[in-house]
Amino acid sequence: MEEKKEQKYSPRDFKSDQEVRWCPGCGNHAILASIQRTLAELDIPKEKYVFVSGIGCSSRLPYYMNTYGFHGIHGRAAAIATGVKAANNSLSVWVITGDGDALAIGGNHFIHAIRRNIDLKIVLFNNEIYGLTKGQYSPTSEKGIVTKTSPYGTIEEPFSVGELVIGAKGKFFARTVDNNINLSTEIFTEAAKHKGASVIEILQNCVIFNDGVHDVVTGKDVRDDRTIILKHGEPMLFGKDKKSGLILDGLKLKVVRIGEKGIKEKDILIHNAHETNPGIHYFLANMRYPEYPLALGVIRAVEGETYDSALSEQIKKIQSGSAIKCVDDLLNSGTVWVVD
Amino acid sequence: MGKKPQFIEKDEVVIRFSGDSGDGMQLTGTLFSETAALYGNDLSTFPDYPAEIRAPEGTVGGVSGFTVHLGHSEVNTPGDYADVLVAMNPAAVKANAQWLKEGSTIIYDRDSFTEKNIQKAGYISDPVKEEKLEDYNIIAAPITSMVKEALKDFRLDPKSVLRTKNMFALGMVYWMFDRKLTYTEDYCNKKFKNRPEIAEANKIALRAGYYYAETIEALTPVRISPALLAKGTYRNINGNTATAWGLLAAAEKAGLKLFVGSYPITPATGILEELAARKDLGVISFQAEDEIAGICSAIGASFAGCLAVTSTSGPGLALKSEAIGLAVMTELPIVIIDVQRGGPSTGLPTKTEQADLMQALFGRNGECPVVVLAASSPSDCFNYAFEAARIALEHMTPVLLLTDGFIANGSEPWQIPKMSDLPDIKPPFAKKGNEPYFPYKRDDKKYARYWAIPGTPELEHRIGGLEKTIKGTVSYVPENHEYMVKIRDEKVKKVAGKVPDLKVYGEEQGDLLLIGWGGTYGHLLTAVKEMRRDGYKVGLACFNYINPLPQNVRNIFSRFSKIVVCEINLGQFAAYLKMNFQEFSYYQINKVQGLPFTIKEIKENCIKLLEDK
Repeated sequence: MEEKKEQKYSPRDFKSDQEVRWCPGCGNHAILASIQRTLAELDIPKEKYVFVSGIGCSSRLPYYMNTYGFHGIHGRAAAIATGVKAANNSLSVWVITGDGDALAIGGNHFIHAIRRNIDLKIVLFNNEIYGLTKGQYSPTSEKGIVTKTSPYGTIEEPFSVGELVIGAKGKFFARTVDNNINLSTEIFTEAAKHKGASVIEILQNCVIFNDGVHDVVTGKDVRDDRTIILKHGEPMLFGKDKKSGLILDGLKLKVVRIGEKGIKEKDILIHNAHETNPGIHYFLANMRYPEYPLALGVIRAVEGETYDSALSEQIKKIQSGSAIKCVDDLLNSGTVWVVD
Repeated sequence: MGKKPQFIEKDEVVIRFSGDSGDGMQLTGTLFSETAALYGNDLSTFPDYPAEIRAPEGTVGGVSGFTVHLGHSEVNTPGDYADVLVAMNPAAVKANAQWLKEGSTIIYDRDSFTEKNIQKAGYISDPVKEEKLEDYNIIAAPITSMVKEALKDFRLDPKSVLRTKNMFALGMVYWMFDRKLTYTEDYCNKKFKNRPEIAEANKIALRAGYYYAETIEALTPVRISPALLAKGTYRNINGNTATAWGLLAAAEKAGLKLFVGSYPITPATGILEELAARKDLGVISFQAEDEIAGICSAIGASFAGCLAVTSTSGPGLALKSEAIGLAVMTELPIVIIDVQRGGPSTGLPTKTEQADLMQALFGRNGECPVVVLAASSPSDCFNYAFEAARIALEHMTPVLLLTDGFIANGSEPWQIPKMSDLPDIKPPFAKKGNEPYFPYKRDDKKYARYWAIPGTPELEHRIGGLEKTIKGTVSYVPENHEYMVKIRDEKVKKVAGKVPDLKVYGEEQGDLLLIGWGGTYGHLLTAVKEMRRDGYKVGLACFNYINPLPQNVRNIFSRFSKIVVCEINLGQFAAYLKMNFQEFSYYQINKVQGLPFTIKEIKENCIKLLEDK
């Protein structure tokens, strides 16, 4: 009996008049399309959206959105967006960032925005490379990678985005792939509805400087067996035949096959994104091929008090209980004396 | 209270409270100043303390001082030299001996003059002799043993007993200056509401000190009549609080929410603390994870339609440079407050300096002009914080306000303004119209762009750090960049049209014009007053508008034979004036010791210049 809601917007309404300047074949085109599709379906007036970005290829996205947009400076998108949201928490504030922008130069703002649980949708394009500066390794580049600034291979361990988010007390973490528009739209929609800092890692392909970096797991022929799409309340099954699954074996996750070694479907873990204890989410976020499938979908989505709402509630409470109602009151409060 | 003492009438007096950084000298000084202010004296205070919370006990480096200058006449500085020194230990004598007037009164805690403490302070055996202070009025009061005695029936731990020493000393000074104890007693009751025994102990120590001073008959009480201040309601205020309140006043006048995004840094933290406490007036205060996040959150809040500010000191300003450029490029109103301290690097965190001027004017990449203002005194911080916000909001530009550690921590009586007397602030908000909204379209007069606030339908737009066309499209076109660089520059220059003329105090023309800017005003004014009294033809012009400069500067400079620029740095404002007005030659008086000028050194240097023909 559900009434069909009248669609207020189409994705086209969110396209700006700016010419999109990403390289042909860049994964960003599909991400932009996913975001525009998501927004068209959400029940939020267009003028309420603010897209804030830092520096990098990803960070050009706000120019292509017909919403309020702010293209910041390198690494600072989360800090700028925090100001926007703290100033007006009726806005839907999105942060568009990349692995260099969010995790290197902007690492501090990234973790603190997450820790505060301020209601920002942080979309992190992870291509494991610096694209705009033309091919240097990033904080998520695989150890040993040869790039222009690591001609003999890197000697640094990369960050895992999910691990960092959970370590910073993150309450929402999801992962998707740039060209999977359906999955991305689903995740963006969930993130938009979630109250609090929501990090969406997108495995993004840089066709020029790191082409195919994610293919080993996201390639058309292999992705069913090498990724698992997690859905809250559903068993953790994957594979072309949906017979592979995850179980908890002691203190580790383990990949099993239904029908082998006495494993039945009821033995497979059921995904609970709402579990407050981050233990299992941490395992899931850190699964890597070849030992595990890479987890996609909403891995963690836990409700909690947000910074912006706590802030406005605190202000309301203090205001209602205070005798100081205007600046004149303040200036004349405390110890004053009159000279006649 | 026994026989009536004979009072000496005095016009002014300088009292310096000095002790270990744990001795409560800042509170003692503050309580004395409040009492003096309530009595009706004009006054100026100067807290001077080490960066360490508890610097090594008994050492000169750990001495914390608070100077109060109170007068029946107008008081413009905390005074160079003290009439009364309260020294809680030998190190306090060591730190202040050179700052005493000939024959001044020194009250010290005899019990703290142990062999160990005397040597720790760098003396051999007798600080008074070694400093040649024997002819001074020395009051060696057994403060420690007196408070122990006075509180012996109290079941207080020894530490709490010793913490009342400052109250005993304060009681003595109150008797000396014929002051009532009421304000301080009320303060104790309020402060220790939940610990009545502590409140009582402090009050007992205060009264014990008061009666002790009366009993010893070694002090001559001094009376300083109330000052002849203009009619009105007054309060005592320090520079940081005045800055915070000026911003609040501006937000109210503009009808905007006030957002502050800051990171704690000495000596600017008081501004963030005061604004964080002002949630009662709806302030959105955000203690950021670092200085950069402080200003970036302010930029975000400004984009979202707040009066947004960030407060810091020199090192923090350095960290904010790139983001100030972003605010210049996006032409958003923000106020950046730099409470200057001794630099470079960490430098002298708790000491004053004026060496961030060049950083404020030029410390950014690209052609990146901002409006720069400077406040003259603690209460003047209110005026210039308000003015900084007004200019930012009406001209759509970042404004940098320079104060310094001296005026930020110092306090003075302030005639409370009425909000209805302050001008309205009218930001150029964009309105929905028939034409599409272009983010960099400007008004013809100020060249301010129009401010479109997120949440407003049909004004969606994108701005950012990349160069843009008027429409807001990213552009690398050479001519467009030059056009935009020039128009951003013009916009800041156009602020000059509303900058009030520079005023001259003293001679309108003459032999010597003293030039100052910001927090040196009080010292320069006093020096000029005294020189004029001595018959010199000198004038004083103090700048509050640094960029753009007032329009009548040339006219004023040309009326004096010599111009001397006085500042607490190596000559940054002098260099800036040379750059702007090359036809004049400039003498300089500079000091970079983390301390304000003394009136004496200004006068001596000026007189030397006057006598050099």
